[in-house]
Amino acid sequence: MEDLLGNLALGFATAFSVQNLLLCFIGCLVGTLIGVLPGVGPIATIAMLLPLTFKVDPTGALIMLAGIYYGAQYGGSTTAILVNIPGEATSVVTTLDGHQMARQGRAGIALGTAAIASFFAGTVATVIIAALGAPLTKLALLFGPAEYFSLMLLGLAFAVVLARGSVLKAVSMIVVGLLLSTVGLDLETGEERLTFGLQDLSDGVDFAVLAMGIFGFAEILRNLESPETRDVVRGTIGRLLPSATDLKQCVGPVVRGTSIGGLLGILPGNGAVLGPFASYTLEKKLARDPSRFGRGAIEGVAGPESANNAGAQTAFIPLLTLGIPPNAVMALMVGAMTIHGVIPGPQVMTKSPTLFWGMIASMWIGNLMLLIINLPLIGLWVRLLKVPYRLMFPTILLFCCIGIYSINNNPADVLFTAFFGLAGYGLYKFDFEPAPMLLGFVLGKLLEEKFRQALVLSRGSFMTFVERPVSAGLLIIALLIMVVAVLPAIRKSREQAFQE
Amino acid sequence: MTRVLIALAAVFGLTAGGADAQNYPTRPITAIVPFAAGGPTDVVTRIVGEHMAKTLGQQIVVENVAGAGGTTGITRGAQAKPDGYTIMTGHMGTHGAAPALYPNLKYDPTKDFEPIGLAAGTPILIVAKKALPPNNLKEFVAYAKANEKTINQAHAGVGSVSFTTCTLLNSQLGIKPAQVAYRGTGPSLNDLVGGQVDFMCDQIVNLVEQIKAGSIKAYAIAMPERSPALPDVPTTTEAGLPDFQVSAWNAMFAPKGTPREIVAKLNDALDKALDDATTRKRLLDLGGVIPDKNGRTGAYLADFVKAEVARWTPILKATGAVGN
Repeated sequence: MEDLLGNLALGFATAFSVQNLLLCFIGCLVGTLIGVLPGVGPIATIAMLLPLTFKVDPTGALIMLAGIYYGAQYGGSTTAILVNIPGEATSVVTTLDGHQMARQGRAGIALGTAAIASFFAGTVATVIIAALGAPLTKLALLFGPAEYFSLMLLGLAFAVVLARGSVLKAVSMIVVGLLLSTVGLDLETGEERLTFGLQDLSDGVDFAVLAMGIFGFAEILRNLESPETRDVVRGTIGRLLPSATDLKQCVGPVVRGTSIGGLLGILPGNGAVLGPFASYTLEKKLARDPSRFGRGAIEGVAGPESANNAGAQTAFIPLLTLGIPPNAVMALMVGAMTIHGVIPGPQVMTKSPTLFWGMIASMWIGNLMLLIINLPLIGLWVRLLKVPYRLMFPTILLFCCIGIYSINNNPADVLFTAFFGLAGYGLYKFDFEPAPMLLGFVLGKLLEEKFRQALVLSRGSFMTFVERPVSAGLLIIALLIMVVAVLPAIRKSREQAFQE
Repeated sequence: MTRVLIALAAVFGLTAGGADAQNYPTRPITAIVPFAAGGPTDVVTRIVGEHMAKTLGQQIVVENVAGAGGTTGITRGAQAKPDGYTIMTGHMGTHGAAPALYPNLKYDPTKDFEPIGLAAGTPILIVAKKALPPNNLKEFVAYAKANEKTINQAHAGVGSVSFTTCTLLNSQLGIKPAQVAYRGTGPSLNDLVGGQVDFMCDQIVNLVEQIKAGSIKAYAIAMPERSPALPDVPTTTEAGLPDFQVSAWNAMFAPKGTPREIVAKLNDALDKALDDATTRKRLLDLGGVIPDKNGRTGAYLADFVKAEVARWTPILKATGAVGN
């Protein structure tokens, strides 16, 4: 215990130096702006700003880059709530209730809830990293391909619960998402699949392209179709911050979201993306009135937001304790550390304690800064909603196109986004929901990859998924959730049959 | 009067090309790295590029263009304007193994480039999960042959260094382990540390800290001498497999047609970078191998690329693998 306190003291002493505080602030600010701008993501930004950090010592450099990363998480939620465009894969769930709240004039409350929930999650996650970093890594190492596959299957089960309306439609959307994730080159053989011979599709469909099209462009088409509903949003601003009753409603979701997101974030390979979905499902199941979800329930914002921020922070654990990056952003951090001469590995904690503990301390400081930066901005964002739509939507379109183009410098990406925009509009007309499709898409790649790895390792035996205990357990839970989700629908149709 | 004008025009025309090469570079240079940022090739390029920028007096901006085992980025580099403001870092995969793995490759490593020079290479290690019974290379060879039906090997995707080098190892040992594909080095290393897969071949940069911490074990390093970063790991020659000599070399190229004077300037800047004490230290700390003076010329690189293509083509074609 004294060790921990001593280390934290060292960390805070390092993080509170004027240079490091300034770098943290710059990182968080840049990160927030990047998160708000649709398309441009933290990876591109960190890669661009990497050379600037050469003049600085490694600790300072990493503090700034890390700030960009979690700043982008905060910013991504802002666009999700205001304009229904998820900035990151983890913000998709926030669009469900967050944007509905904005439509009801409660945008300020939604934004405020997101910021406060994220701050709480960030604080708890920092403590977890400090105290439990090493043992938690051992937990993550237990997850082989078979366990991962079962976890992803569990995630798909969540997607069914996620849906507002018909279960059948939700399942079909998930399958479409899975199919979309297979576009591109096969992992094992290199064969092209579903690319129709187009070179631009050989790397697969980009998440940002899909999300921006299905959510962003389609939303604009919808709003242009029915201008009256848009004006309602412009009418009332309402409260700018959540009230005490609002906050009390959020306590449970935030705590649960933090634990789920924090645990899932440790899993390498984007386990963190499951966090918000799992949290949303849990809250919907636990709520007294589940029909509120999808129509502006504050728990639907608080839970997933804590989950995604907790996951973003705990994603640093495999990097700091093992030296193995769990996702693309962390891989960049590895590069940054290597260039600065600190080769990441299991001994970083002992060989460079100022770096390790300084980073942890600065994570908490970063979260505090982000809260301070974001809360006053809420007034600004909400006022932005009052801008006449005929001025707003071209701007949104423009920023989206620039953002999409900036990912790969490829104009074809923008065309694909437009295509998905039309598809998204069609989905809306036929009363299909896009969120399950996005979840299917995000999970699909991992699902297939882990499935095949597990089968190669077991030399083709399907029993491997049931033989391994953790995997079997996850599969059982997945089955239970699916049954629970589908049962009410069956019961309803039976009742209807009896009534007739 | 017209004769004077023609003479003046001729003089300007002659010096125009020369003037460009004289003043090169007048604006920042783009260095294409055909892999995601943070990986070994990217790190080597940034370290070397930082010093080259000082010599040349202009910034070197790294642009990461990842995809298809590095061939997407190299294709873009090969098709860039040959004015010296776009260069690229290729490696053993993009300029050695690619012709065998990618039937529709849009460039020829031996013809479509002006070689600038070798940058640092990273030696390859044979590593295994901690729980694997063999403790040295000889025991490993025996174990692999005896357990051919159950042994498995991780790699970072067809076309990656870990794939091509272990394919060579497997063919030399005469074994056919189950090759498990991962998306990148991170996930493959993660499963090796977690004990989900048995062994792997990869660059020292990615493995050095894990080996030092004891979370995986190293059987041998495929170099003529032991690496100063890992003095306890025997060479493949010492350990009984002298045929397995591989290094994931990285080199800089310019598109075909880049003027010779500009290529010479770049080669000179690279040479100075590889002599600079700070740059050397950072590269050596990573376990990198810096080429000696003979190995730094463009001519050497041209011959080397030809030899590498000739070396890897028969081995990889025999596996029937197609790159992704």
